[in-house]
Amino acid sequence: MGTHLPSTEFDGTAVDDQREADAEAVMGEPPAQMVQLLGPDGKLGADPVFSEYADKLTPEDLRGLYADMAAIRRFDVEATALQRQGQLALWVPLTGQEAAQIGSGRASQPQDYIFPTYREHGVALTRNVDLAELLRQFRGVSNGGWNPKDTNFHLYTLVLAAQTLHAVGYAMGIQRDQKLAASDRAGRQPDAAVIAYFGDGASSEGDVHESMVFASSYKAPVVFFCQNNHWAISVPTNVQTRVPLSNRAKGYGFPGIRVDGNDVVAVHAVTEWALEHARQGKGPVLIEAFTYRVGAHTTADDPTKYRHSDEEDAWRAKDPLARLEKYLRAEGLADDAYFAKVKSDGDELAAYVRRTAHDLENPDIRTAFANVYAEAHPLVAEELAWFEEYSAGFAGEEESAGQAAKAGH
Amino acid sequence: MTTMTIAKAINEGLRATLAANPKSLLMGEDIGPLGGVYRVTDGLIGEFGPDRVVDTPLAESGIIGTAIGLALRGYSPVCEIQFDGFVFPGFNQITTQLAKMHARSNGSLTVPVVIRIPYGGGIGSVEHHSESPEALFAHTAGLRIITPSNPHDAYWMVQQAVQCQDPVIIFEPKRRYWLKGDVDVQAPGPAEDPFKAHVLREGTDATVVAYGPLVPVALAAANAAEEDGRSVEVIDLRSISPIDFDTVTASVKKTGRLIVAHEAPTFGGIGGEIAARISERAFHSLESPVIRVGGFHMPYPVAKVEEDYLPDIDRILEALDRALSY
Repeated sequence: MGTHLPSTEFDGTAVDDQREADAEAVMGEPPAQMVQLLGPDGKLGADPVFSEYADKLTPEDLRGLYADMAAIRRFDVEATALQRQGQLALWVPLTGQEAAQIGSGRASQPQDYIFPTYREHGVALTRNVDLAELLRQFRGVSNGGWNPKDTNFHLYTLVLAAQTLHAVGYAMGIQRDQKLAASDRAGRQPDAAVIAYFGDGASSEGDVHESMVFASSYKAPVVFFCQNNHWAISVPTNVQTRVPLSNRAKGYGFPGIRVDGNDVVAVHAVTEWALEHARQGKGPVLIEAFTYRVGAHTTADDPTKYRHSDEEDAWRAKDPLARLEKYLRAEGLADDAYFAKVKSDGDELAAYVRRTAHDLENPDIRTAFANVYAEAHPLVAEELAWFEEYSAGFAGEEESAGQAAKAGH
Repeated sequence: MTTMTIAKAINEGLRATLAANPKSLLMGEDIGPLGGVYRVTDGLIGEFGPDRVVDTPLAESGIIGTAIGLALRGYSPVCEIQFDGFVFPGFNQITTQLAKMHARSNGSLTVPVVIRIPYGGGIGSVEHHSESPEALFAHTAGLRIITPSNPHDAYWMVQQAVQCQDPVIIFEPKRRYWLKGDVDVQAPGPAEDPFKAHVLREGTDATVVAYGPLVPVALAAANAAEEDGRSVEVIDLRSISPIDFDTVTASVKKTGRLIVAHEAPTFGGIGGEIAARISERAFHSLESPVIRVGGFHMPYPVAKVEEDYLPDIDRILEALDRALSY
């Protein structure tokens, strides 16, 4: 008889038996347990837990989800064009991931705080961030571009996964705020939660592990939202993991849900459930949105070097906009006039973004001097003084150069 | 005035902070019931509870990263890193996130996180327990770095660091944790700017700049030099970023000679920065090159030979001889 190992409190959640089958599902067809409500055929299915949430969506809500997805796709096309025309240094396209972003973003409440990575343009739209502001970073006029306090939508973070820890810390702050407010009825705030976005590539970073350990240890009200878009630039998901990413939550002791990331109804339902779970003090949730980056990682990337077009075609057949359009038309919730209006709204948005991007002013390096520290700093002051004196030395030259130009020299 | 050790002074400073600011909290591994491996947080969890004195999982990036999130929510976290050499798993969060958040948000976000790091050698410990990595952090804009050398500074500096809206790293000289001194805990507030250097001893022949654990060594060297008829001015730098170059420059203009002593390797260290700046600021006052006294370009050596590595009184006196030979 071998020695019995002590049982754990997570008995019944072992993934070993499923391991090989699940590993196959990482790259190919998703496993049966993936939550899906609206299929590629545009037909609405049922789920014992999440249909209740989906049923709350009114026809107006559904049209709004479609309009948001269409708007952000149009914005994505415009931003890509701006990069190709030299107006942006880089662009990070999101096409293919509209449902994952719009569905989750629309499920959040204003008091919730969002920590995006750098591709969450759709989530930004749902948080009422001015999309032209999003372009500041990519045009090179700012490392941010908007004030997160205005929309509870944090700045983009380019160091992979760093923001997942910020999200957990912020959630720990919400917990403490609730305790402080408990003794002050007048100061009572609505219960809030945090969403931390990251990708399948970032899931390999140590900070994701540490953030899940901290979140679990302190039962922090945070929803980890992993967009598994299948490619970390050129490295596929099966190099990041041998099991579905959602399974990892079991190891930390909180729920993990894989949802069809191209199904905006299911993403909305699952995220709403997870945020409620977190706000009610039940701890974190991991959502893996099973989706696909249809385009390049960034405009500097060339996906033809590492993947086949038939893979892209297979995912295009699961397009998140097409399936919702089928549903809206089949149910008589939207007609040609509606879709024409959505298209013209998108063109208007694109024109606004193009116009505004051109008008974004270059910053003065003095603003960089001003923001290194929150409080006065002698070294910064000394270097700024030197810069001012140095710059002043050219004033006469610029003036005479200008006069020379006017004189036609 | 109350006499206490540096460790006790930091403990009292943290206690005063937690009592005064309900949104301040401590985070770190073993800082709760154990009171930290150096007992610096001793007794605080009993007074303020586990939400204010948070025993964290063993994860330095996690400690710093979650502290950033708490600061973004309006809290003032004070993180303890157990030993100098263990800060590197958190280096990414400190240098790419904490230091830059204010700048990248164009000033709309502040992250007033304090990080306490026991540093330096001389305690006969094993590897990664005796390092002086301050230059690696000083090179990063957005961080402030201070290092107390006595209980009075330790008590006040930790409170001032928490009040500062910028991230502050406090390098605590661990081999001086048991150094005793007077602290005026009744004073209404600190009398001094934590980022200003102190002239501890006046002199006319040379200036010795030191900080943290080497301040008592520099003072002892100056006393020994006095027996040989040499008048040495000693400056406790106190702040490594920013550096109070005005105080150092004024001293060098008086003495004409400068020696900078620290435990960290001299190559690429704080001493080189001070030497370069003073050469620019006081070139015509210098009677000799600025001489650095510090560690060698090697990983911190094993405990049985650390005495050969650490700058001591004789190394400072040898540098003084060289400076005076010009």
